Amino acid sequence: MKNNWWKILTVLLLVFTVVAGMLSDVPRLAILNETIRNLYFHVPMWFGMILILLVSVVYSIRYLRNPTIKNDIFAYEAAKVGILFGVLGIITGMEWAKFTWGEYWSNDPKQNGAAIGLLIYFAYLVLRSSFAEQQQRARISAVYNIFAFAALIPLLFILPRLTDSLHPGSGGNPGFNAYDLDNRLRLVFYPAVLGWTLLGIWIVNVKSRFEILRQRIYENV
Amino acid sequence: MCCNFAKKFKTVLFKEVLHLMRKDFVLELRQKYAFNGMLLYVSSTVFVCYLSFGLRSNVLTVPVWNAVLWIILLFTSVNAIAKSFMQENRGRLLYFYSIVSPQGVILAKILYNACLMLVLALICFVFYGFVLGNPVQDVPMFLLSLLLGAIGFSTSLTMISGIASKAANSSTLMAVLSFPVIVPMLLMLIKMSKNALDGLDRSASLDELLTLLAINMIVVTVSYILFPYLWRS
Repeated sequence: MKNNWWKILTVLLLVFTVVAGMLSDVPRLAILNETIRNLYFHVPMWFGMILILLVSVVYSIRYLRNPTIKNDIFAYEAAKVGILFGVLGIITGMEWAKFTWGEYWSNDPKQNGAAIGLLIYFAYLVLRSSFAEQQQRARISAVYNIFAFAALIPLLFILPRLTDSLHPGSGGNPGFNAYDLDNRLRLVFYPAVLGWTLLGIWIVNVKSRFEILRQRIYENV
Repeated sequence: MCCNFAKKFKTVLFKEVLHLMRKDFVLELRQKYAFNGMLLYVSSTVFVCYLSFGLRSNVLTVPVWNAVLWIILLFTSVNAIAKSFMQENRGRLLYFYSIVSPQGVILAKILYNACLMLVLALICFVFYGFVLGNPVQDVPMFLLSLLLGAIGFSTSLTMISGIASKAANSSTLMAVLSFPVIVPMLLMLIKMSKNALDGLDRSASLDELLTLLAINMIVVTVSYILFPYLWRS
């Protein structure tokens, strides 16, 4: 129980996010109207994706320093969950864009950046599947993972700020405080970010442990 | 003592890079087919573009001209740089492994590929401008963007080709791995060369120029750190 408090916290935070996100009072803004509630679902996906991909890169670095099968499995599972969050982020974003900007895809730099970021990590999966030998696969995909993450940083954080975007906080000003993120939104938004990210870490944790057990069984058979 | 060692290491690395680059150039001069092949690749692609656009010259607006040029350069560089590790046979790689440091190998390959790409890009630009017309208003700035493009393509693609050469189906993998990584650079390059095409004030391209240099720095540093791990296998 002592080590599992954060799982209970995750469940509570997510229940709070869904209930309060759907029912609480939100600011009445033109164009956005009720779709502003998507803030609690769309934006945390990106926070979660970046954090979980960061976890994946950290485990890749750890693999290169200390090549154990455990580090490789954690890096791989984290990358997969990061991709899942990215896909969900794109889907929720497209849905939101349809109702506010009028199109599912409006050639926005952040949308394009997100799509390219996903392509990079799909390429990571393809790369992994093209090696038969486990150690070589682990080392080379760790190298690509770190390399790709370094290439992803300018894509997600620098380029969108240099160009005009439909997203808030682009074209020079960082963050999205320019948006009126008032206190009622914050009250649900921060728990939502924390809750979704913890959920991602939980998934990585369970899947990696499962994978490690499976490897152990294969070794013993 | 420590400082002395660092200095010695630096000069050794510098010498290694020079020797490896010299080896690549000599190899290229002796067996010209690689370079000639790329030359033919560039010219036939440009000619195909000419034939596809030639009959309707009003279709080829300035942005299209720019985009097509960069796409040709992208494919040329992917094909040219993919060779950099695949053409080395196993015995030679083992020989290098025993006498030089991995950092020397990757730096030499990056520099050599940058020179190769610069030559190919210049030839491509001249031929392309000759065949399809040359709407560039600020030629020095456009050449600068070609130079940055050659360096940028070679920095990121050399590492990718090292990764891809280890895998089984390396030629497909090369394209799959490299395109997403190279897109940020390509977007900046297209914007910068568009500014040069329109003859805008040079200060307008300063942002792109600095970002490109920064991306190149990041990529070279990461390659320098990571290549030893790749080299080991």
